[in-house]
Amino acid sequence: MTRPVLEQLLAVLAEPAASRSLSLADWDWLVRVARVASLEGRLHALIKDAGALSDVPPAPRRHLHVARVLADRQHAMARWEVARIHEALAPEAIPVMLLKGAAYVMAGLPSAPGRQFSDVDILVPQAQIQSAEQHLFVQGWVCEGYDTYDQTYYRQWMHELPPLTHMRRKSVLDVHHTILPPTARLHPDPELLWAAALPLDGFPGMYVPGPADMVLHSATHLFHDGELENGLRDLADMDALLRRFVAEDSDFWEHLTARAFEMDLARPLYYALRYGREFLQTPVPDSAFRALAAARPAPPLLALMDGLFRRGLKPHHWSCDGRLSGTARWLLYVRSHYLRMPLHLLVPHLLRKAAKDHRKGNRNQAEP
Amino acid sequence: MIAHEDLRAGLRDAGLAIQVGPFVVRLRSRLDRVERSVALFYDRQLLPAASTPFADFHVTLAASPGLRSVWRPQARFFLDGRSPFRPLPLAHAYPLFEWGLNWCIAQHAHDFLMIHAAVLERDGRALVMPGEPGAGKSTLTAALTLSGWRLLSDEFALLSLATGKLVALPRPVSLKNAAIDLIRERHPQAIIGPASHDTSKGTVAHLKPPDSSIERMHQQAGPAWLVFPRFAAGGRDRLQPLERAEALLKLIGSSFNYSVVGGAGFEAAADLIEQSACLNLEYADLDASLGLLNDLAGGAA
Repeated sequence: MTRPVLEQLLAVLAEPAASRSLSLADWDWLVRVARVASLEGRLHALIKDAGALSDVPPAPRRHLHVARVLADRQHAMARWEVARIHEALAPEAIPVMLLKGAAYVMAGLPSAPGRQFSDVDILVPQAQIQSAEQHLFVQGWVCEGYDTYDQTYYRQWMHELPPLTHMRRKSVLDVHHTILPPTARLHPDPELLWAAALPLDGFPGMYVPGPADMVLHSATHLFHDGELENGLRDLADMDALLRRFVAEDSDFWEHLTARAFEMDLARPLYYALRYGREFLQTPVPDSAFRALAAARPAPPLLALMDGLFRRGLKPHHWSCDGRLSGTARWLLYVRSHYLRMPLHLLVPHLLRKAAKDHRKGNRNQAEP
Repeated sequence: MIAHEDLRAGLRDAGLAIQVGPFVVRLRSRLDRVERSVALFYDRQLLPAASTPFADFHVTLAASPGLRSVWRPQARFFLDGRSPFRPLPLAHAYPLFEWGLNWCIAQHAHDFLMIHAAVLERDGRALVMPGEPGAGKSTLTAALTLSGWRLLSDEFALLSLATGKLVALPRPVSLKNAAIDLIRERHPQAIIGPASHDTSKGTVAHLKPPDSSIERMHQQAGPAWLVFPRFAAGGRDRLQPLERAEALLKLIGSSFNYSVVGGAGFEAAADLIEQSACLNLEYADLDASLGLLNDLAGGAA
């Protein structure tokens, strides 16, 4: 290994043609780390776009290719699911906003090619969420494998239904009514999200978030909700989205930062831009950071968060782990729960969850 | 050839590189039984570490830590630091390696249509035998392998989506229960490893493929026969023609990744059917069935 593998992965994500200078030994590490970070398919897309795919040696190229085959398959399935959701909910006049992977794929955004994901996430207005659940149920989406406590937890405290699974296809659908739990510290208004949503061609009644909201949602998911397992992939999503939106709208940075305050999501956006620039060289102008100055954490907190996120955003591969990586991930997990609920709700919930996980033990691991 | 001391050092240190058909596996283990089995079965497939910078799968087999290891020692399979399965008793460490490797390939090799089938070759023409567990596929495969056919695969057919040909994945043939003694008696010269008892598949022992199958592992073979064996105790051995459409459905039903590779997989499966005689084999007596299959290929070996 000439350079640490993470540095090489970040260099290729930021400048895909840099893959030309990698040795086979470099690729050996890169493929392994990209695999656990769900980034192999994205690497395929980025390197192909840069015209450098044929320079990748055949052995690693095959792994990138195979991940792309899987991602393409996932996208075809997501398109199919979206059409079925449309069939279930459009006749009932329930508007549907696609989120994350499904939105990138359906809107043809540059974060989509090669992106690996399985679940479809949608948003429906809170007033219609029960009706949506009923009509999805009629079409075969059921809520299974959640006990009464989980059900109550989701329905009472979360911003979504418990995940629905299709009876025959086994596909998983997450139905949200807002982008953060009502108990969370930040309060983005879903009305604002709907007001800025863009209609999806060919699917009347279906929408994707407006450009700024799409970035804000991804930032919120990563930096407020604490879904860090695929943190680097999500950072790469935002990098691709930002580059596209800035190219289409020269005032995009002003729109984005103003929208972040309007949506009460300025802090997560600050983190997203900070670590996007640091990890992937996302071209964020200083003016954007100045506009977000009011959301910037105080220096001691920022130093702490740097320490946590710089560790937590790394791929969860042992070669990227340092002495404090496990601690950092645990603290970020605790933080995400703390931000999600006030302590008097959180502590009983976590205790209950811990007891349940302990009882379950290793039972859900597969037989070889 | 790599000396045994180097094999041991490789397994314990940076990992031992093994060429398994189109894949390179880098295996690390401190377990004696893994070392012995790898030395027995894969000695001709070892790659020099210095000239093998890239591996497809980085596998570790380790004993589970903790106090329990004193009274119930267990082995764990890791793919690059992550353990996808529950541990097995330490005595099953080697079958665990083979099963774990199946899992690695099934998860990642989507440049092939992967089929649960044995593949053998004679005179450049491949016999593909998909079979339910218990159909006697492994026994037939072992017997054919030891009587002049080249082994491409025991239970994992790789049909290349690029070339439409079958790619060899020569690994020890897994023999179960009564088949172990049956093959030992018929072929006293065959190299069969130690038996693992009470696995989820009963007693399992592995047969080493002949050297010729290993030496030719990079040669692909075009499909010629697609045979679905079915064990019919006390019946009469016979080959019966099978409708192509039915054969296609059965072939697709035996695939691990048909739903992933989609259209390309359908084309590859249809091309295989197009080029193959499609037959059902009712199988009761090993000699009789071997005779039928050898006749297909133009006479006894």
